[in-house]
Amino acid sequence: VYRLHGRYHEMAPNVVPMDYTKDPDVKLPMQLIINMPELKENPFKERIVASFSEDGEGSLSFNDFVDMFSVLSEMAPRELKAIYAFKIYDFNTDNFICKADLEETLNKLTREELTEEEITLVCEKVIEEADMDGDGKLGFADFENMISKAPDFLRYYFKKR
Amino acid sequence: GSQQNRASRRKNYQRKNRDGKNAREERSQKKDRGKTAPTKDQKESENKEKKTTKRGKEGENKQKKDRKNSTSSASSNSSDEESLSEEELAMLKEQVEQKKKLISTMRNKPWRMVKKLSVLREAQDFVEKFEGALGKGKGKKLYAYKMMMAKKWVKFKRDFENFKTQCIPWEMKIKEVESHFGSSVASYFIFLRWMYGVNLVLFGLIFGLVIIPEVLMGMPYGSMPRKTVPRAEQATAMDFSVLWDFEGYIKYSALFYGYYNNQRTIGWLKYRLPMAYFMVGISVFGYSLMVVIRSMARNANQNTADGDDDNFIFSWKMFTSWDYLIGNPETADNKFASITTSFKESIVDEQESNKDENIHLRRFLRVLANVLIICCLCGSGYLIYFVVKRSQTFSKMQNVGWYERNEVEIVMSLLGMFCPPLFETIAALENYHPRIGLKWQLGRIFALFLGNLYTFLLALMDDVNEKLAEEDVVKNITHWTLLGHHNSSAGNDSTATPPPLDPADVPRGPCWETTVGIEFVRLTVSDILVTYITILVGDFIRACFVRFVNYCWCWDLEAGFPSYAEFDISGNVLGLIFNQGMIWMGSFYAPGLVGINVLRLLTSMYFQCWAVMSSNVPHARVFKASKSNNFYMGLLLLILFLSLLPVAYTIMSLPPSFDCGPFSGKKRMYDVIQETIELDFPLFVAKIFSYMANPGLIIPAILLMVLAIYYLNAVSEAYQRANAELRKKMQMLREEEKNKRNNKASTNPMLQDLEDLLTPSTKTESAPKQAEDKKIESPNGTSPARKPGRGAVLDGSPMASGRGAACTLPSQVFVTQPPTLGVRAPYPGQPRPWGHPLGAVPGRGRGQPCY
Repeated sequence: VYRLHGRYHEMAPNVVPMDYTKDPDVKLPMQLIINMPELKENPFKERIVASFSEDGEGSLSFNDFVDMFSVLSEMAPRELKAIYAFKIYDFNTDNFICKADLEETLNKLTREELTEEEITLVCEKVIEEADMDGDGKLGFADFENMISKAPDFLRYYFKKR
Repeated sequence: GSQQNRASRRKNYQRKNRDGKNAREERSQKKDRGKTAPTKDQKESENKEKKTTKRGKEGENKQKKDRKNSTSSASSNSSDEESLSEEELAMLKEQVEQKKKLISTMRNKPWRMVKKLSVLREAQDFVEKFEGALGKGKGKKLYAYKMMMAKKWVKFKRDFENFKTQCIPWEMKIKEVESHFGSSVASYFIFLRWMYGVNLVLFGLIFGLVIIPEVLMGMPYGSMPRKTVPRAEQATAMDFSVLWDFEGYIKYSALFYGYYNNQRTIGWLKYRLPMAYFMVGISVFGYSLMVVIRSMARNANQNTADGDDDNFIFSWKMFTSWDYLIGNPETADNKFASITTSFKESIVDEQESNKDENIHLRRFLRVLANVLIICCLCGSGYLIYFVVKRSQTFSKMQNVGWYERNEVEIVMSLLGMFCPPLFETIAALENYHPRIGLKWQLGRIFALFLGNLYTFLLALMDDVNEKLAEEDVVKNITHWTLLGHHNSSAGNDSTATPPPLDPADVPRGPCWETTVGIEFVRLTVSDILVTYITILVGDFIRACFVRFVNYCWCWDLEAGFPSYAEFDISGNVLGLIFNQGMIWMGSFYAPGLVGINVLRLLTSMYFQCWAVMSSNVPHARVFKASKSNNFYMGLLLLILFLSLLPVAYTIMSLPPSFDCGPFSGKKRMYDVIQETIELDFPLFVAKIFSYMANPGLIIPAILLMVLAIYYLNAVSEAYQRANAELRKKMQMLREEEKNKRNNKASTNPMLQDLEDLLTPSTKTESAPKQAEDKKIESPNGTSPARKPGRGAVLDGSPMASGRGAACTLPSQVFVTQPPTLGVRAPYPGQPRPWGHPLGAVPGRGRGQPCY
């Protein structure tokens, strides 16, 4: 954790104090965090930061920072990762992954290389495959049901610290 | 109540933070990372372990302030711990257990860090305070002591695990390759490392049990004919070209079979070398077999644990294809491209499955392609046979150029280089799905190499038979020469014993085993050289060329023709597997071969890591590593069996050379076992063995094993069928669910009428409930209790169309089935109308979270 604090401090040396005895209310803005080398290449970096941010705007205090890395680490249990993964993919934060969210995810994953009809086809297939209760969007239960069977989920959500 | 709690919690949190940060400050004013181990441990253990208690500064502070904060704990006991009654004790115990459980599951809860820390702190205080109190008097101390020891033990185990992972060789290197190139390329290096381990063990066995005893305790070089370079060759024995061909001094060294003496026991330990040689040869195969099968079983376990794959193809692609480990922009670019390609592929798959194909044309093309490829394979087989025959005639000639001497190896390497691309072009006719096409390709390359190997072996067998015939002749010559020598020297001095013939002058028989060993060593060495040179030229020089000449070239070299090479995973893995096959075949006749292989694997690891990082680019299309692992292990197993066959055949049926090797003078090599049993073991052992070797005993034993195999096969088939049935059931369940919600196409028409009756009433009731639920939920933070409630509301809306009545019966069936299947499905957890009366409103019933 001390290493994490070092990293946190590195990002904005003027703002982040070395001692936390007075429990300062320091938050780092999103822009700084998404430039961290581990997150820089990630297409979902804004969403990751936003879902750990307490004030919902993307600024992370040190506690949120530690939180984020602890969930992304190898030690976090599968259910916890599933919960946060759901939050990450829910772009409009309505607690459902609707078709627009899926399209957004797809565009970010492929950097907009797919054509319109391909995107529609894929999103429709996803909803068809995973939506259990037939409301046209994925609730958390659907998402968890689908992700718990995925062999690659844990592998790709690791982060070595 | 709650206000107080919150205030005390914040105090807790601040105090804890202050303690932690104070300690940190004190010890590391100047950001000295080296000394932060105790502090890091503190914070880490609190955050991650949640069970240890560092009784240092923290402990003292905490005890001082414990009294103040004990009001926040739920217990009502005073600080007077001695006067606890029985029931209070029991209650306390329960509470302590609860708090402990809370601590251990803290990690799973998606609360904010602040809240977690405060709750954790409180729980830990409580546990500590009253844990010791649960024992009485002396028992209390013992109990506390036991707790402490338990915690220390857990910590020790954790540290040991960390240490063990650090000890794995090359772990950092492989992780680096993985982050740049993905997990498929890394899987090749993991396979290489595993092979290195196996070879190291084999080398240890052979070196320790065969080579060392012979070198230390056997007769030294030059003392016996078999250990000395013959007079005729001595002039050229040290030449580099001769040594390169593994003739000369190397031929007569411990590296090869011919060096070993057939003396039954050597040295003061009475070490039985021939027996050891034989047993080590067998155990090499036995150990390799065991290791490969164990690895395959482990892989198979992992695969079957994955369950059904085909239901969520697109969903998984969307949510799990991004590799969060990637930190390199170039790799990220490639990952984007590969994801796009993968989506496109799946889309094409989807579209193609709806397409109608001209089946006859396709079949014809495939048959044509297979015919062409079989022709190629036969042609290459014949070519090798022809070349090997020619090399035998060459070896009899005097003036052989470099080309003639190495013709066999050159031809085999050329075939290995040009045939695979040829196969690929022909395979374009077949129009298979790429994954299947790749498997066919691998299978064909495998057949090519196998064919080559076996024609090589056949030619070698011809050679051996020739030498055996020659041996008889030489035996006679040796016999007469010795006799002549004795007579002539005895003639001078009749009473003295004749001086022994200088070992270099004794006419030597053609030692066919050593020849075979030499052939294998030569093949291995040339294979190594070819691989390294291919990597150097094909990857490195090409990369340099593309990088530097690009400035002054007409077209863009990097994007166009040569461009940078990709790492050929399958080619490399197959090369490794075949190399290992040759080692297994040759190790019986050339004990030093395994040592050469160990060196080769070691250098290969570093060399290839460097080559990959410096001159390869990540794959455009990511190769799925997980499922093919067992495929490679299967190939390895096949090669193991195939390489066992020639060795077993020669041991059983060919007579060993009369003047070289540990079995010289015996009729068959396995006679050494008989000899050992007769002479070294007590009598009854010999009797037992002779009974066991009785065909009357062996045939029933074989029958029994066949029956056991049949039975186990039947049992495993039954399990597989049961598995498939279960899967089908789950599938059916799911589809029925979907149908019910979406189409209602499969419902009973009578139930449908009932539904229509009930529709108006249920719809109005559940709609406002839904709105209510949504309003309550939206301002909330991230509470887990929300989710089932939300799920419930979801259930409410589509079900509002009067499903309640219709589905009570079938849903009961649905709900009771999954638990009995023992399958982890969320449906039992999701609120359903568990036998609600017909008239009940489904929406309201489901508002309660029952996750």
